[in-house]
Amino acid sequence: MKRFIARNAPGYLFLMPWFIGFFLLALGPILASLYLSFTRYDMVNAPRWIGFDNYTYMFTRDRRFWKALEVTFHYVVLAVPARLIMALGVAMLLDKGLRSIGFYRAIFYLPSLLGASIAIAILWRQLFDANGVVNQTLGYLGVSGPNWLTNPDTSLYTLVILAMWQFGSPMLIFLAGLRGIPRDLYEAAEIDGTPPWRQFTRITLPLLAPVIFFNLVLQTIEAFKTFSSAFIISNGSGAPADSLLFYTVYLFNEAFKFFRMGYASALAWVLLIIIAIFTAIAFFTSKYWVHYENERD
Amino acid sequence: MAGLTLRNVGKSYGALQIIKGLNLDIHDGEFLVLVGPSGCGKSTLLRMIAGLEDITDGTVAIGAQVVNDLPASKRELSMVFQSYALYPHMTVRKNLAFGLQNFRMPRAEVERRVADAARILQIEPLMDRKPRQLSGGQKQRVAIGRAIVREPKLFLFDEPLSNLDAELRVQMRAELASLYARLGTTMIYVTHDQVEAMTMASRIVVLRSGKIEQVGTPQELYTRPQNLFVAGFIGSPKINKLEAKVTAGGRTANVEGLGDFSLPQLPTTDSALTLCVRPGSLRIGAGDVVGEGVIRLVEYLGNETLLHIALSSGQILLATAGGQAAYRAGQTVPIGFDMADLHYFDASGERVEPQASAFAQQGVSGTH
Repeated sequence: MKRFIARNAPGYLFLMPWFIGFFLLALGPILASLYLSFTRYDMVNAPRWIGFDNYTYMFTRDRRFWKALEVTFHYVVLAVPARLIMALGVAMLLDKGLRSIGFYRAIFYLPSLLGASIAIAILWRQLFDANGVVNQTLGYLGVSGPNWLTNPDTSLYTLVILAMWQFGSPMLIFLAGLRGIPRDLYEAAEIDGTPPWRQFTRITLPLLAPVIFFNLVLQTIEAFKTFSSAFIISNGSGAPADSLLFYTVYLFNEAFKFFRMGYASALAWVLLIIIAIFTAIAFFTSKYWVHYENERD
Repeated sequence: MAGLTLRNVGKSYGALQIIKGLNLDIHDGEFLVLVGPSGCGKSTLLRMIAGLEDITDGTVAIGAQVVNDLPASKRELSMVFQSYALYPHMTVRKNLAFGLQNFRMPRAEVERRVADAARILQIEPLMDRKPRQLSGGQKQRVAIGRAIVREPKLFLFDEPLSNLDAELRVQMRAELASLYARLGTTMIYVTHDQVEAMTMASRIVVLRSGKIEQVGTPQELYTRPQNLFVAGFIGSPKINKLEAKVTAGGRTANVEGLGDFSLPQLPTTDSALTLCVRPGSLRIGAGDVVGEGVIRLVEYLGNETLLHIALSSGQILLATAGGQAAYRAGQTVPIGFDMADLHYFDASGERVEPQASAFAQQGVSGTH
């Protein structure tokens, strides 16, 4: 025991900030929300235990819950691949060995830093406004653009485009992954006359699989949790016609607009379980498509 | 199969010249080794031949065809990399077949070639393994297998044995030599290890700072090094270099710690020469005795003993003695060599050859 402590103390010491944060700040609310999800609680009166009522209502009678799920799934399915493809594309360009690569890395990462901010969401709203920059540009080309944000058919795509634009962090991870693939492999392929597309599909993609997997899991979780951009662009309501009713926007409204704190807690736990299921699926399927260089047999 | 012609070949990165105006004819079916210290440009030269680096100046021709602007894949050559460059996610079989599939080769032909290579290299039991399940030597064999399935005109090897341990290196050296004997294809082999160069090469090219120092068979390089660099680079243990002052109008030389002795007639008027003698030619108490020294270190190697002998000037000379010889450190021994075993280099480090008639008259007066 003594030796265990002596050997691992530095590790735990470095983990301490996280532990302190988790136990002091996060664990309490997590457990409280689990409890509250089985209650009716309006933040004025004390929570009242109602068993599984919140959950049965959610799955059997709440049409907006299903709508929120649909919007969120739709978004995840579009935004995650779009962002990953964008990120991989830019990473491959940067990997070609541009001069002053550090500068470009920083520039390309900037949207990701700004992207989560309210300011960018507001900017986005102006860009895609009926008379915004996007439609003005389309107008010069003789195309009359739709009213992106008030049209339920197009509103979600503005957010997908925003997500694509925020490719910075997966791009950096892809770039590191690409750097990790030995040049020799491409040179050997070059001498053997491997066309570029085949080099990409047969060498780059398989060797990048662990990184793709990592990014896929992280970005999927991120996409399920998308909140601030959807909230701002839809004026906090999920409008138009609930087409931007992201799960988290719905949850927020239930909690802080209608003060149905118990129900909102139940929504949060269902989202957690959905994310966990998707992550688990990714992990279980990964053994069929992810090749790890140093795994044991 | 094909020979290779390099004419005024140069490579520079900006102002930095890596390869300087190189001329070289590589004969069809030759095992040519490029050897030199690290940074001498040997790998760069190989990669220029392969088509992995641009050629800044001059021309490279495979057979009669200038290949400067031909992509690597069209040069009909194979390359074995130091790192093996095996595709880690593919089995051995797929690694071998991958390159052939690019050329839209019929499947039966791919299978035949892969099977042939596997048989030649004795890797048949490994065909369904991935590279990480192979030892270094096995990986090396697969890498060579990937080169031979192409049935190329030319094989290029970039330090292929550097990542192997000493024992395996000796074994793979022999296997490569027998593979060469079997295929008879032109091979260009880069190494920094002069032993590899000596044991495998038909001819060796010694490179330094992007320039050719000497081209020749292993015997030529060993017995007639053209300059001090080659003399020092080829041969193990290293050749002994003695700085000599020429006196008496070029008839005698003075080496500090050894004294004066007479020189053969040399076609040079330089007042300083370097005299080189291989450790195997430096003898204890025999030959034309020149002087004596104190044994500082005795390295017993079994079949022979390597002696480090200090002259009174402090310079250490290496000498080999038989394995049975009983020497010990601290012992003072007479050392000598035959004048015929000396290599003479002028002040600029170039070899000077004694006039043919000279040896007969040489009497050596050993004074100390």
